[in-house]
Parts: sequence; structure tokens; C-alpha cells
Amino acid sequence: MSEAVWITGIGLASSLGEGAEVHRAALRNLAAQPVVDAASFAPFPVHPMPALAFDAQIPKKGDQRQMEPWQRLGTYAAGLALDHAGARGLVGEMHLLVAAGGGERDVVLDEAICAELAALPPEEAGPLLNARLANGLRPTLFLAQLSNLLAGNISIVHGVTGSSRTIMGEEAAGAEAVRIAAARLAEGRGEVALVGGAYVAGRWDMLLLHAASGGLWRGDWAPLAERPGGGMVTGSIGAFLVLETGRHARARGAPCLARLAAVRSGAARRQREDSARASAAALAEGLALRPGHAVVSGASGMPEALAEERAFLAGLPEPGPMHFTADLLGHGVEASFPASLALGALALGEGLAGQALVTGFGIWRGEALALLEAA
Amino acid sequence: MRDHLGRPVVAVTGMGLVTPLGFGVAESWAGLLAGRSGIRRITRFPTDHLKTRIAGQVTLPGEEALASPERVERMAAMAAAEAVGQAGTGGRFPGPLFLGMPPVEVEWPQRLALARAGATYPAMAEAATGQRALFETFLFGGIGERLAQRFGTRGVPVSVTTACATGASAIQLGLEAIQRGEAAAALCIGAEGSVAPEPLVRFSLLSALSTRNDEPERASRPFEKTREGFVLSEGAAALVLESLESAQARGAEVLGLVLGAGERADSFHRTRSNPDGGAIIGAMRSAILDAGLAPADISYVNAHGTGTPENDKMETLGMRAVFGEAPPPISSNKSMIGHTLSAAGAIEAVASLLSIRDGMLPPTINHELPDPAIALDLVPNVARAAKVERVLSNSFGFGGQNVCLVLGAAP
Repeated sequence: MSEAVWITGIGLASSLGEGAEVHRAALRNLAAQPVVDAASFAPFPVHPMPALAFDAQIPKKGDQRQMEPWQRLGTYAAGLALDHAGARGLVGEMHLLVAAGGGERDVVLDEAICAELAALPPEEAGPLLNARLANGLRPTLFLAQLSNLLAGNISIVHGVTGSSRTIMGEEAAGAEAVRIAAARLAEGRGEVALVGGAYVAGRWDMLLLHAASGGLWRGDWAPLAERPGGGMVTGSIGAFLVLETGRHARARGAPCLARLAAVRSGAARRQREDSARASAAALAEGLALRPGHAVVSGASGMPEALAEERAFLAGLPEPGPMHFTADLLGHGVEASFPASLALGALALGEGLAGQALVTGFGIWRGEALALLEAA
Repeated sequence: MRDHLGRPVVAVTGMGLVTPLGFGVAESWAGLLAGRSGIRRITRFPTDHLKTRIAGQVTLPGEEALASPERVERMAAMAAAEAVGQAGTGGRFPGPLFLGMPPVEVEWPQRLALARAGATYPAMAEAATGQRALFETFLFGGIGERLAQRFGTRGVPVSVTTACATGASAIQLGLEAIQRGEAAAALCIGAEGSVAPEPLVRFSLLSALSTRNDEPERASRPFEKTREGFVLSEGAAALVLESLESAQARGAEVLGLVLGAGERADSFHRTRSNPDGGAIIGAMRSAILDAGLAPADISYVNAHGTGTPENDKMETLGMRAVFGEAPPPISSNKSMIGHTLSAAGAIEAVASLLSIRDGMLPPTINHELPDPAIALDLVPNVARAAKVERVLSNSFGFGGQNVCLVLGAAP
């Protein structure tokens, strides 16, 4: 009842560009510099959207118009993964698990309404708010904001219709989407799944939320190791993986990019003994880590979680090369864990290690580990 | 205690409801059987300039100050407390939480408060900096985390959305976790609290809502000829799922079984089903198949039945395709409760189990003018006694996400 689960396709689009090669190159080159936009959302640096030829993955302009950048980026990356896996012919029975937050708000409209209403007493502001929303909201925007409509668009544009589930909850959503997809394949509920998420960093609505935590890094970009006290720089990332049973991939001659040997998740309350480091250490128990294993850390840069993760990583037995996804791509929230898995699989493909331990410590809650084995 | 596929049989040992018809299972179910409408004029906020000024509302203490995620959390917690209390699991809940809930974002009261220091986003972000409570309230993972803490559920709380199928997806995730042997029990919740100006405007712009503002009780008219949209509503339902083996071992009362689940995504359109009904039919059939049953084994269908012209037409097509010339009776709880979006699938699963328990089919109210295109036994206007052994509960979502559950009597 437990089938091996392989990664047979990687779809990655980030500020570095799109596709496997550009991300492999960044893993090989230890002096690789990320792409940073420090000006547009100052004082918060972000890793911006790359220039993507959306027509290549979303051929209908009408479909593109129905989406905001978050959905376009995700739908694009999902298409890259399908192409990479040679899995276009499998979409009818393919299961879809998406990790999603919400879509972009109309920032211009929000600011105009705020300027007009902020100073008014509530009894005056209420009726006016209704009027401004009723006249100002674009009808297509709602569907571009709904969390489950990234999955909806992937079904519409790429024809993935086996099933469709959208998991919410920041970083933990990315890990749960992968964990549930892999568990279903392992127990024989389907043969192929498409799993991933997308995040657009250049969004004031999300920067406002993350600013509230006090954890956003300000000013010039610096790698995680050089952010005193930590700090988060968000990154635009679309990351999707095609997961497939080994049996099914072998039968169709699809190469294994990496074996997904384990996905485990926990949720420490992060107080006293119930710490993130203890949670991760418990998840790591019994994982067959060999000396020299690569580590791909999904550390966001949030100060408390970063300190906890460093303590956890320090206890790993003889790790090999260590990569921080956020140093290359920025932190992609829901897309972070799938992106780190993608980088881990690419690192194994490059022969940088025989195993990769992928971590995902949520900015607030959630700890996840995955173990990848080279093909 | 294994099913036809060798999986553990999954029992329901606790249920909780919060609906516009009442707090708790008893009050909500009495309202459904009485054919009572819970739809009213909106009183919580001004409705000037809104096309739709009616909704199903759950009135919470101190609600003026509550943001939607706080409303969702409170209703979810009430339903879960009822369900966990009935299940008698005591102490920490012995399994994971699966929470079906709506998307979350910073809302207008918060935005306007921040804007007092400057109405641009950069200024609002500056004003928000360090407001830890704002951050934790509007994180997508916040509601699940707080519920997990309160009920002591194990592992990562999983929050799911599949639009109007969300509540059914939460149950399906719990069902699968138990079938897989990951857990002996699961707390599955569907909760919704989107009755607010912006969601109303958004749905109005999609022409999805009824505008029968002068007759709130008559506005939700699933399957009826003059239907013209759904009525936005809110509420929550919780179910304690448990392997039958575990339930019997601890002597818990088994309220019913979750026999199977089926899903199918549609690739046709963002808000409309493929006219061939393929995904709806596929979801219904796969749920029946997953339960190891044939269509003839289904005694009654708890409809998705939103009251939009499109849904009810497509659901009828699905019923005919799956059940042929003699489909079982079907009725829509939404005719009374309205459409509770993320909660609907879970509320209707509870109602389905109550139908089995009591041998009663809740009616489809507001059935005045039959639609000749809808040749179904809709249990019009008045509840009906019937022997109910197995119920198919349909949930079809915007974005093409369709989930059906099959619920059965306790063994």
C-alpha cells in the first residue's frame, strides 16, 4: 500500500527567471546574487516578478485578463512543471493541490477610499464605503482574489481535473499540500499530482500585513546571515512540482528527478518547551540522513523562527552544502516549501549531494521537513 | 470494521451547528424541519447603495467590533465545542483539525483606522508596524491555530478552501486521514462569516445574489422557476470523525457513518459548469463508487441547491444522469439557511445525518412555481417522513471544485 513517490517535473519561476537551468546555475554558484528591487516598495526590498512570456503557458488573453499577477505566476509555473514532466497527457486524472493566500487588492481604489473616509465618523463612512465599493470594484477582481481560483485557473488553462484542493495558512499550507499529495499517491489514490503555490512580493496589501509583525527587513538587501536580529524579504515565486508514483513514472519512461522519501509536519505553539526547534527535532527523528546531505532551508528571516531554525540546524549530523532559499529567491510564503523542494531536487540532479533535507519553518507557526533522495 | 476497499470504516460521534436558524444542532434542525427561513434584512452594517440588503445572519455578542476571521473563529469554536462535547473525547482532542474556511484579509475598519495617519499604503504599512494582533488576526493560518490550541488537536491544523465545496472538503480530508491510518479521529469544521459589505458587492458584481430585498424569507428559492440568485449566509458546522473501531472501543454513541467521498474538478469556466455536467456527474458517481454503493442505494440527496439559475439547472442534469428516470428525493437546506459558502458542505453533512437519524427529509421551501425544466422530487415546502439509510450530499464550487459525500446510518 506504500508506493514510492517521485518528483518528475519542476516548474519554478522567480526573480531569477524561469525554468530549471537558471535555478541550477544559482545553486552551483555560491557567489550568486539575487535580483532585488529596493526602490518600488521602499523601505521594504522585494524580489520582483521576472519578465515572463505569459502567452507561452496561458495562451488565451481572456484567461490572462481574468487573473491578477499572483494567479498568472502560479498558473505559469504549473505549466512549466507539466512540460518538465512531459505530463500534459495526464492532466485529466491528475490531482491538484495548491497552497494559496489571497489575490491582489485594487490598491488604487483602496487608497482613494481611505483618503476620503478615514477622517469621517463611522455612521457617515459606512454608507459611503458601500457606494465607493459598488461603483469602484471591477467585477473580474473578485475571482482573481479568491484563494481557490489559482487552482481553478490551473484547471481551466491546463486541464488538470482529477481533483482540486486549496490549502491555506502561509508556509504550513505549502508543506501540507505536498504532504497530503504525497500521502494520497503513496496509498494508491491516483498516480500523478500537481502541487505547489505562488506568491507575488510586490504587493502593498501583503506588505502591510507582514509589516504588522515587525519582521520585515528594511533598507538594502543582505543575505540572511548578515541581517542582525533577522528580517524577512519577500520574494515573487511560482513553484509547482509534478509528483508521481515510481510505478507510473517507470511505466511511461519519465525520469526521476528526486525521490520524495519523507514529508513531515508539526505545529509547535512556540512557547517554552513547545519550541519550533523541538518540533523540528522530533520530526527529524528516524530520518535516514547520511553525512554530507545537502540542506535547503526555507527560513523566512523572521527573527524568532530564524533563531530556532539555526539551533535545529546546528544539531544535524555532518551536513554538507547548505542553501537558504530566501537568499536566492526571497521568502515566498505559501510557495516557499514547494520552491525549497524544487531547489533541493535540482541540487541532487546537479550531483551536489546524494540527499537533501528541506526545511520549512513558518513565520508564525508550522514546522516541516522533507527528505529528498537522489534518483 | 473495514470497508469494501479494506479501509477503516469512519463513524461520526459528534456534531455541532451554528446557523441563522439557531445555536446548536437541536435548534437549527428544528428550524429546518419546520421549514423556517433564517433570511432577514441585514442589520449589522448600513446597506445603503447595496443591490442586495438581505442575508442569513448569526448574531454574536459584541459583534460590532468583530472582524470576519474573528466571527469565523467564534462560530467554528461554538460548533466544535458542541461536537466535541457530544463525542465525549475529553481533554485534548485525539486527532488533527481540518478547517474549511473563507480567505482572510485585512478589512475596512482596520484599513480606515490605519489610514488616519496617512491614506497611502506605505503610510498604512508604517502605521501597522509592530501591531502583532493585527498580524495574527489576519494571517490565513490564524483561525486554525487558535482553534487547534483551544481544542488541543494534534499536528498541523489544515485549513482548506474549495469555494462552495469547502465544508465537504474538510470532511473529506478528515475521512482520508482516518482511512489512511494517520489518525484515529479528526475534527472537521466548515465555517463562514462573510456577511460584510465588500463580499456582498463582490458577489453582486457576479450577478450571483438574489435581490428580493423586500421579502427576505422568500428570497432563497432553489429549483423554483422564479429563482434569481443565492442568499449570502454564515454559520458553522463541526463533525467529530472517528474510526468505527475506536468509537466502539470507547463505547461512544455512533451517530452515523461517512461512507465515501468523491471529487472532480471542472476545467470549463470560473463560475459556470461545463454544460455537459461532466464534473458534477463525475463527483456524484465517484462518491457513490467510493462508498461501494450503486445509485439505487441512495435514499435521498441533500442538494447543493443554491438557487442560482445555473446551479439548479446543472444539478438537475447531474441527478438525471446519475439516477436515471427515478431519482431519489432531493431538497435544499439553502432554501432556509441561505448559502453559507465555506460552511455549507459541513452544515449539510450534519443535516444529512440528522435526516437518517430521524427519518425526516427537510423541505425545499419557497417552492411556489415549479420549473418545468426541473423534474425532481424536491420535498416542496413541508418536511416529509421517510426511511433514510444513505444520503448523497452535493457541494459544487466556483472555480470548478466539486465534492460529494455519502453518509449512512450507524451500523
